Amino acid sequence: MKKSTMLDLLVLVIKRDLVLAMRRRADVLTTLIFFVMVVSLFPLGVGPELDMLRKMAPGVLWVAALLASMLSLGRLFSADYLDGTLEQMMLAPQSLSMLVLGKMTAHWMVSGLPLVLMAPVLGLQFDMTVQALGVLIVGLMLGTPVLSMLGAIGAALTLGLRGGGVLLSLLVLPLCIPVLIFGTGAVEAISSGLSIASHLSLLGALLVMALVFTPWVTAQALRISME
Amino acid sequence: MAINWFKYAAPTTFYGLAGKLVPWFAISAAILFAIGLYIGFAVAPTDAQQGEFYRIMFIHVPASILSMFLYLVMAGYAALGLIFNTRLSAMMASAIAPTGALFAFISLWSGALWGKPMWGAWWLWDARLTSELILFFLYLGFIALHASIDDPRRADRAAALLAIVGSVNVPIIYFSVKWWNTLHQGSTIKFSGTSMHISMQHALFTMLAACWLYSIAVVLARVRSIILERERNTTWINELPEVRS
Amino acid sequence: MNLDIWMRENPLTYVWIGSYAVALLIFVVEIAMVKHKRKITLQQVRMMRNAGDEDKDEGIA
Repeated sequence: MKKSTMLDLLVLVIKRDLVLAMRRRADVLTTLIFFVMVVSLFPLGVGPELDMLRKMAPGVLWVAALLASMLSLGRLFSADYLDGTLEQMMLAPQSLSMLVLGKMTAHWMVSGLPLVLMAPVLGLQFDMTVQALGVLIVGLMLGTPVLSMLGAIGAALTLGLRGGGVLLSLLVLPLCIPVLIFGTGAVEAISSGLSIASHLSLLGALLVMALVFTPWVTAQALRISME
Repeated sequence: MAINWFKYAAPTTFYGLAGKLVPWFAISAAILFAIGLYIGFAVAPTDAQQGEFYRIMFIHVPASILSMFLYLVMAGYAALGLIFNTRLSAMMASAIAPTGALFAFISLWSGALWGKPMWGAWWLWDARLTSELILFFLYLGFIALHASIDDPRRADRAAALLAIVGSVNVPIIYFSVKWWNTLHQGSTIKFSGTSMHISMQHALFTMLAACWLYSIAVVLARVRSIILERERNTTWINELPEVRS
Repeated sequence: MNLDIWMRENPLTYVWIGSYAVALLIFVVEIAMVKHKRKITLQQVRMMRNAGDEDKDEGIA
């Protein structure tokens, strides 16, 4: 009966956050629209020359994904913080790290995953090849969860602060740079016919490390912010 | 004769100790700066490839090394503060941050100025300069987070956690930037021949020591003000001669 | 491109003004900031102390 408590807890938290997110569909959609708009701004700013756009594409898409995920991170803990649920979660006997992991997963499903799904459509605007698009998507699948997880640390540290979203971005963006580098590197490698294995495995390694460490660190950050 | 190391862990005793030490470090730093600059400019020869421009390295390299070293020390104090809950450790971390950030800035600025005559560009996305830029951002993040939180204890602990997360990331960031840089065929700063002339090494080492002593002096002076501010409600502060006057 | 020519003809001046003078400036600014912070912190502490003394005189503290 008690065997899969951890997993049950995880699923419960994810379901709850997803339901809450669906009630505020607008928030989710605005982040997505932001992503699309930012990506579309670059060709407008830089010019329609396809060669240049093709080169820029991975960088633009990754940076836009970064920015869009920063935007939505503020919401990760704030709603629960404001209505007292977060306090209850912290007092509960269940592992706070697990709860946090659940929230991170739900956040990714609602903000990262849609970006991954939208990316191919946007990639076409930049005349990316099918292989390049494929590598981009795999990279985003591996990388956006890491962005969500690193961002959660920032969200926990800046809980309830005036500076809020901008401060969060300032803190988290430097930490996300390796993900950006490997993600774009993989796409460029495939475009030049080189091996993508190392880039993608490094992204995978970052994902594993983030899964292992960030929930605990975020839980500590929450405890610091809530005392 | 057991040394009570923890005697100086209290702000009360540390305040006095720091006050006595600052002038010594400041003066030695000034002397070493003078010696270092003398060796660097008057004794060290002109480089075959880089002419006179390489002399920028005597401030650029120490500044880079110190910015990285100070970040690790800051993270170390931050960790001590989180683990042992000592107020002074957190105060030291806050005292180090501005100095570290300024050294990172000097490193970036001098790096840019070195790049211009060497490669014709004010900025190069070379692995070290880029990592230095990211380090600068990490410092700014620490300072910004600390400044944004009103409650001093929460500010200390949140910023401390950030410093630790940052320090774990620094090697990852450096590695990824190096990787990115080699992909894009960046250039690294090299010298003519296999090794530096001995006088260049002397100048470099002297300047490094000078910057280090300067940092200690400034950090100790700054932490004294922080102690004054944080402990202002205590009796011992109010009994201090500089407060009574 | 004027800067380039000037730079090549006066390398030492470029090095001095560009890097060392800037570094020196930053050090001076930093020291000034530390001194200033000490000054205003002492002022604050004195003010609080004097306010506390007044309260004591009036029999509050």
